[in-house]
Amino acid sequence: MKNIIEIEKLHFSYPAEEGKEAAEVLKGISLSIREGEFVAVLGHNGSGKSTLAKHINAILLPTEGRVTVDGIDTADEDRLFDLRQRAGMVFQNPDNQIVSSVVEEDVAFALENLGVPYEEMRRRVDDALKAVGMYEYRLHSPSQLSGGQKQRIAIAGIIAMQPKCIILDEPTAMLDPQGRREVLATVQRMNREQGITVVLITHYMDEAAQCDRVVVIDKGSVLMDGTPREVFSQVERIKAIGLDVPQATELAHELRKAGIELPEDILTAEECADAIEALFTKKGSN
Amino acid sequence: MLKDITIGQYFPGESIIHRLDPRFKIVITLIYIVMLFTGGTPLCLCIGALYTFIAIALSGVPLKMFWRSVRPLLPFLVITAVINLMLVRSGDVLWSWKAIKITEDGLNISAFMIVRISLLVMGTSILTYTTSPVTLTDAIERLLSPLKKLHFPVHELAMMMTIALRFIPTLIEETDKIISAQKARGAEIDTGSFMTRAKSLVSILVPLFVSAFRRADELATAMECRCYHGGEGRTRLRQLKSAPRDYIALLYTIGFLAAVIWFK
Repeated sequence: MKNIIEIEKLHFSYPAEEGKEAAEVLKGISLSIREGEFVAVLGHNGSGKSTLAKHINAILLPTEGRVTVDGIDTADEDRLFDLRQRAGMVFQNPDNQIVSSVVEEDVAFALENLGVPYEEMRRRVDDALKAVGMYEYRLHSPSQLSGGQKQRIAIAGIIAMQPKCIILDEPTAMLDPQGRREVLATVQRMNREQGITVVLITHYMDEAAQCDRVVVIDKGSVLMDGTPREVFSQVERIKAIGLDVPQATELAHELRKAGIELPEDILTAEECADAIEALFTKKGSN
Repeated sequence: MLKDITIGQYFPGESIIHRLDPRFKIVITLIYIVMLFTGGTPLCLCIGALYTFIAIALSGVPLKMFWRSVRPLLPFLVITAVINLMLVRSGDVLWSWKAIKITEDGLNISAFMIVRISLLVMGTSILTYTTSPVTLTDAIERLLSPLKKLHFPVHELAMMMTIALRFIPTLIEETDKIISAQKARGAEIDTGSFMTRAKSLVSILVPLFVSAFRRADELATAMECRCYHGGEGRTRLRQLKSAPRDYIALLYTIGFLAAVIWFK
């Protein structure tokens, strides 16, 4: 399948402040993301993962290197709206990205800006609201909704643009566990049913474990890139840069260190339970 | 605590007045104001009062809501009435004491003015009681849109109002949180002398402003991500369509205005 996002040798520094040297945040990142992929980007605070995300829809432009989305160079000012329509972005704080006091009008905001005719706008707004399961709330005020619901509205506002990919910058960081589950399930459904490419920036390892691919960013460069199994099996390396691994992986890792023979690539609680159970039955049969 | 503050005074409902096109409602309200101030005779005022009470009855908004809108004005009404009573010197003298003379004209003018202002407040309240702030903003944007030709930033103003309305509940919630946080640190907010309380207000306002600016920054980025580029070439989800009933309401109001002018 073809690549939708191409990042080539991306360098980025924020402009130098007086008396300070310009700090280079991204140091030569190269990354290709295929159409329909669900990619998690991990990294601790200050690793440059949010800065990277902001390059994908031209909120920031590379100091050096090149970013293209669906063949559009992000530095091409003439095609800025084209680009932003293809690569939608959802931010951390749902309160700070909702514009209108009526849910359906907020979902329509991007379409209004793009000048979509009324009939089509109505249909796309309704479809987007149904896709995130918030259709019955369309006439509510966002202030009456929970964090998870607000974040789903923000996602609907992006979906309505019919983008090819969605970049989510820690969309669940401010939500309770219930809200986190809702949002993640919504994003996974978008990816599965509509084939939308998802770039999920997160610091929840359990979320990353559910993705197709995990990219670990540290100090402005790509440290690891692979399937969750490949990445999380390197427990020591991940811990060394101050990140965690999913809880089940960590448990298996500790048990293995204690001399119990468990596989290295355990990701979920079920897998872990199964592996331990298998171990017991093996022992029982011996 | 602060959550109880209601924003605007919208009273949701399904009455004929609620369903009128908001653009027409604004125009009708303007005609109504003209109607109240054209007529100078008691008969004209009676026509105005008749119009007001028919509209109130149609709106289905409880009468006590209208009393609530007039009540804050009472001191103002009393003071102007008293001043009028004292200063109007024409007409038969009804009662006098030293330099103070109360004349028949003074009494008439005072009464006239109280009724006129009360009607004005009640009548214009119908607009805000039956139209949600969002709808009102939208209608104002469309009514003012001819001014765009004169480079008046109509869309920008409407967008500012929309965002302000959207963020009022958010900022109220935030204020509540900041107050709790400062109280937890020992700030005296509800107690102490006037000066201590005024000073502690600073400890609420500063974090609130910082947070509001941060929110504004993030919102601007989010709006850019959704291709916002001003009012040019924008389409709208909310369609305002005028129905025959809007024209009937307009004609009906103009009819009352004509009657007032006739009896002037």
